[in-house]
Amino acid sequence: MPQFDGWFTSRGWQPRAHQIDFWQKARAGHHALLIAPTGGGKTLAGFMPSLEALVANGSSGKLHTLYISPLKALAVDIQRNLMQPVEELGLDIRIEARSGDTPANRKTRQKQNPPDILLTTPEQLALMVSWPEAADYFAALDTVIIDELHALAPNKRGDLLALGLARLQKYAPQMKRLGLSATVADKPALRRFLAPQDNHGPDDKMAELVEGTPGAPPRVGILDTEERLPWGSHTARHAMGDVLAAIGRAETSLVFVNTRSQAEMVFRELWALNEEGLEIGLHHGSLAPERRRKVEAAMAAGQLRAVVCTSTLDLGIDWGAVDQVIHVGAPKGASRLAQRIGRANHRFDESSAALLVPSNRFEVLECEAARDSVAAGEQDGAVVRAGGLDVLAQHIFGAACHAPFHPDALYKEVISAAPYADLSRADFDRVLDFVATGGYALKSYDRYARLRAEPDGSYRLSHPRLATRYRMNVGTIVEAPMLKLRLTRPPKKGSKRPPMGGRVLGEMEEYFLTSLAPGDTFIFAGETLRLEGVRETEAYVSRARHADPKVPTYQGGKFPISTHLAERVRHMLTTPESWETLPDQVADWLRMQKDFSTLPDTKTLLVESFARGARFYMTCYPFEGRLAHQTLGMLLTRRLERFGARPMGFVANDYGLAVWGLRDIGLMVAQEKFALADLFSQDMLGDDLEAWLDESSLMKRTFRDCAQIGGLIEKNFPGHEKSGRQVTFSADLIYDVLRSHQPDHILLQAARADAATGLLDIARLGDMLARIEGHYTLKRLSHISPLAVPLLMEMGKEPIRGAADDELLGEASVRAATRHADLIREATQSVADEQAI
Amino acid sequence: MLQTNKQYELRVNGAKLIADISGALYWPAAAALIVADLHFEKGSAYAARGVALPPYDTAATLARLEKVIAHYRPEKLISLGDSFHDDLWGERMGRETRENLLTLLAGLEVLWVTGNHDPTPPKGLPGLAAETFQLCHDGALVMRHEPLSRHDAAFEAGELAGHLHPCGKIRQRGRNLRRRCFIADGTRAILPAFGALTGSLNVRDAAFDDLFGARNYEVVMLGQEQVAPVAPHRLLPDR
Repeated sequence: MPQFDGWFTSRGWQPRAHQIDFWQKARAGHHALLIAPTGGGKTLAGFMPSLEALVANGSSGKLHTLYISPLKALAVDIQRNLMQPVEELGLDIRIEARSGDTPANRKTRQKQNPPDILLTTPEQLALMVSWPEAADYFAALDTVIIDELHALAPNKRGDLLALGLARLQKYAPQMKRLGLSATVADKPALRRFLAPQDNHGPDDKMAELVEGTPGAPPRVGILDTEERLPWGSHTARHAMGDVLAAIGRAETSLVFVNTRSQAEMVFRELWALNEEGLEIGLHHGSLAPERRRKVEAAMAAGQLRAVVCTSTLDLGIDWGAVDQVIHVGAPKGASRLAQRIGRANHRFDESSAALLVPSNRFEVLECEAARDSVAAGEQDGAVVRAGGLDVLAQHIFGAACHAPFHPDALYKEVISAAPYADLSRADFDRVLDFVATGGYALKSYDRYARLRAEPDGSYRLSHPRLATRYRMNVGTIVEAPMLKLRLTRPPKKGSKRPPMGGRVLGEMEEYFLTSLAPGDTFIFAGETLRLEGVRETEAYVSRARHADPKVPTYQGGKFPISTHLAERVRHMLTTPESWETLPDQVADWLRMQKDFSTLPDTKTLLVESFARGARFYMTCYPFEGRLAHQTLGMLLTRRLERFGARPMGFVANDYGLAVWGLRDIGLMVAQEKFALADLFSQDMLGDDLEAWLDESSLMKRTFRDCAQIGGLIEKNFPGHEKSGRQVTFSADLIYDVLRSHQPDHILLQAARADAATGLLDIARLGDMLARIEGHYTLKRLSHISPLAVPLLMEMGKEPIRGAADDELLGEASVRAATRHADLIREATQSVADEQAI
Repeated sequence: MLQTNKQYELRVNGAKLIADISGALYWPAAAALIVADLHFEKGSAYAARGVALPPYDTAATLARLEKVIAHYRPEKLISLGDSFHDDLWGERMGRETRENLLTLLAGLEVLWVTGNHDPTPPKGLPGLAAETFQLCHDGALVMRHEPLSRHDAAFEAGELAGHLHPCGKIRQRGRNLRRRCFIADGTRAILPAFGALTGSLNVRDAAFDDLFGARNYEVVMLGQEQVAPVAPHRLLPDR
């Protein structure tokens, strides 16, 4: 279209091949997926067909294009960026954004008088398709654009989105779906996600694929520090001087870290050294939104030299000016690293610069592996998973809020959504029964049904007020209960007045704050704060005068290492030739391990045993990530208990785990009391797993999320809000009652599926156990091995897993006073041990 | 009666009482079993408002009660109020459940303390109902639903009550444990809620301030396999 061509030329731009290709596919009415690296002009490519059509045909007064993004901030940002060409071209197109924060009057106006283009989130989509007037509202919808599809598809928000798209397609059969994604390993999965499945032919339906050419390869460096590299620390405190120097050398840097507590620590340490007063900001998910917006604005305006941030800045807002990405701590996955590196220089043809800063010796290996992996263009596979049944329950409830439905028709619609393509009719009916009456074997609730069957077999909402409740609880993001932090003045000595008022600094996990007592100090938003007291949903804090805080231990976003990277690290360990490129400290450490014990390799599992203090230790190194190792630890301790090895606890990291106890496991194996094959046999994923899962608190937490998403318990009730604690507690009770009376209840089934793929990483553990079956190397050592040192350093940083609650309760009992003294003695000993390491 | 790790002896106003792991209190001298806050038919009360909690809570509570009655073989059963989640329970309780309840109560002398959830005596069930009962054996005890402030003129030593659903929270080896509990100080005791779907209130909550002197009480937390008497200084508030 000449109008657009002129505009492109006037800005000195040239449409790229992949943009043109994508527009042609879209004009032809195909569902299409555009995969291109950051800076490839994806967003504009997505909107261009809609702009063209709206210019050519004029506004119809109905919604023409719906844009969906995972971030509400992104929708706002896009609105700004999109408005620019639209205004410069003098186009008469109405573009509006809608999120949970949009004022009610604007939402009402959008409903009565739809814009041409609406920018929104998956949750808002779910809400809108449940409107009684939704079919008419979306009838003329021509295009839906899904941005950052790679981030949405592989989780429950993706399930909700897929079901929402299936709904939209029913309202608007002509609607085409355009997906925009960063580079991913499993392209077919995203193409399937984007296309409606019809379940007739043997083949899955796929959206057309357009791929952009990869941008210039990034320049990735790894910090080689003069300082001593720690064994097991995750703080990278030793490297802060180097990081500050690197910030000083670049124009603008993004400093990524893996957890919020790391962000706080890095921010504080940088400022402690920052004599030049470089402008450095902080950005993470717990900060108040206004504070985050301020940092973003300052960054966009070029007022900052660096921002320390977590995954909150993985996606979205395009700042252009960033010319360096610093990654503190190992990146855990090649895709994430590539994405983060892509945040530097959002200009396509220039290569991005990145600096990796390992925080301990193991992370040096991991950073090396990540660098190689990025250079090789490797991607971590997005997990293809079946859609959550809890999300389906929410969707069915929403469908009933729209209009009565017939189960046959709804089932057909649901299985057209890729995550649910393999859903059996039986499971669908069970979920429907759950929505209608709770899904209980004991049919005592029929008269209280939320959905009632009509004579013709269709279902309708039993009371219109239920729709209000649905709309208050829509969505799949179940957040940990948070408390608002309010800055108040420290109370006067002897004053009994409770703290009051003050400005909101942000939010913090309730469970962290409950572990503090008034007077305790911690870092938040770069300041050392003192807890004054907690009332209802707010915590009152004051600025602390002394600056030795109790650093937050809360961990937002701690990912396990990806299979790809783990593979590379393990490979590096077994090829001493590759050690030449490593810093001396690291290479020496590996050589010591090789001489004293042996190096873990890819085919066998290295198991070491040694004594330390009054305890015996067993370590092993499966390299399957922290989550899988924690699960393995739970199961191993159960088994060792049965074998009479009297295990007392374990600790896991991304590479391996250590179990300690009162008997020498190596000796027991040597004496053939039991075999390693029995200890690591795959059948532990059967009964042992079931037995452990049942009493696991992880399972309860997972169940709570499913119960909330599935609508069994509601976070928001019209008229009053439950506090997070009440939700937690009653969900636990429901779990206990259900488990003993109806263990096959659909929500328990959903929770087990979630736990297996999520927190427990059972699939990965299962693969590992199968791979190493029959291949074990046992090393009985006189003392701790070099490789085990970082593992043992983790002790005391994490709560001891594996100890049963009752045992802990017994320890706390006044009856156990004598046993208690023993424990204290032992604890003192282990602290002394660690200092000796 | 031997104390096992599933029992703990409490003294209230001279009376010897056994705090049982089930959450019931046994009074040997009176051959009485005392329970609080059974909340029968709580699940169905929610279901009637559109929140389909599992319909198994009444059966679960009953089974638990049956077990503890079989163990102690009491002559009296005393329920300290909120035995039913509301006064309409009779319309919702299934026939089979009602029969099980009647069988369980047969042969027992039942005293129903009325509570805020169930202010009227239970229809069609045996026993007496009142706001308070006084019994005197090895010590004199008063049974009521909602505990009185110790500064209240009407407060007298020997009070057994429920209503608050007490629980204790401790931190042990990095883990938080929050469990139902008894709380007692020699002049009074408050029982944990016995019902299967009943939540709890932390004993460090302000609601307990007027009931016990600071750190001058005993707490008995209920685990899966054992009861744990815990010293007050170890107890954490929820916030």
